[in-house]
Amino acid sequence: MLKKFFAALALFIVAIMFYDIASNYQERQQLSGVAQYYVEKGPSELGAANLVTSVVVTYRGLDTLGEVTVLFISAAGIGLLLRRQRDDKDPSPQKDNAPCSEIVDTAFHLLFPMILLFGIYIFVNGHLTPGGGFQGGAVIASGMMLYLLAKPNNTFNLQLLKKIESFSGSAYVLIGALGLFLAGGFLDNRVLSLGEFGSLFSAGLIPVIYVLIGLKVGAELSSVLTKFRDS
Amino acid sequence: MFQDLLNTPLSTVVLITGFILVLIGLWGMLMHKNIIRIIVGFTLMDTGIHMVMVAIGYLTGGKAPIIEGANKNIVYVDPVPSALVLTSIVIGLGITAIMLSYAIQIHKAKKSLSIDDCAEMKW
Repeated sequence: MLKKFFAALALFIVAIMFYDIASNYQERQQLSGVAQYYVEKGPSELGAANLVTSVVVTYRGLDTLGEVTVLFISAAGIGLLLRRQRDDKDPSPQKDNAPCSEIVDTAFHLLFPMILLFGIYIFVNGHLTPGGGFQGGAVIASGMMLYLLAKPNNTFNLQLLKKIESFSGSAYVLIGALGLFLAGGFLDNRVLSLGEFGSLFSAGLIPVIYVLIGLKVGAELSSVLTKFRDS
Repeated sequence: MFQDLLNTPLSTVVLITGFILVLIGLWGMLMHKNIIRIIVGFTLMDTGIHMVMVAIGYLTGGKAPIIEGANKNIVYVDPVPSALVLTSIVIGLGITAIMLSYAIQIHKAKKSLSIDDCAEMKW
């Protein structure tokens, strides 16, 4: 009872705080200084139509590197937490899962290639349309989830996933470091030419970096899904 | 009164919905005993905060910040909060996955998902 009272009190105080913010909220009419700079100079400086992408990948590229690192560390932590204990090593782990239903199996054969293709489309076009590496990687991982549901006794080649992940992670950092020598600084995208604004091969390194991030996130999330399934 | 409600700008609706989601998530985290439900409360709170951040980045009449041409008259919303929310979603996903794997380990060790059974650190 007392616990409920204190929880309600805490909630009430937070609600008062939120009410104060919400009642004083007015839609802004102008961009703040740095956002103004991004909107005005972003397209001509970096050549990416999607401004969110140019903020994420180039202007605040270091944040994105940190973000990828956080995702990597959490995947590694899950691998550590869900590893098989030494004492329960049976030679063929869980080969007796019930097969999936007809509907899931048919849907898998129809949808799986399309989901993968859609994920690739999202991260390749990240600098032109809403989307990007993380979103595309998540879509690919959802396709892998469908695979795991449709084939309960199969598993992914975890070594291959690990190789894709470490390759794209290190290539991301190396390409970023290339900017130190050939352009303005770390993760600068102007190493390649900016190309024609709004076309697929434009915006310098941004599509390359997003393809690498998409591969890395897709591989990472797929291995996380496999570990959750097998634990 | 009803007319006023209908004229509420969309960003205010998103802002208030976000705050309500934060409150629901906080209530769920404080009141539930089941670890999975606490994690669901956390993700609700996370989503609420994302909605608040997106609402704060909105400009009156703003369009999504995808530049189409050299037209100077189009107002674009602030791209910085959108970029931050993107980061925040990914980190929230990582934290949720870690929490779920801890829940699996706790269930393995104690055969229960109630936090009442995890009293070692309680004082």
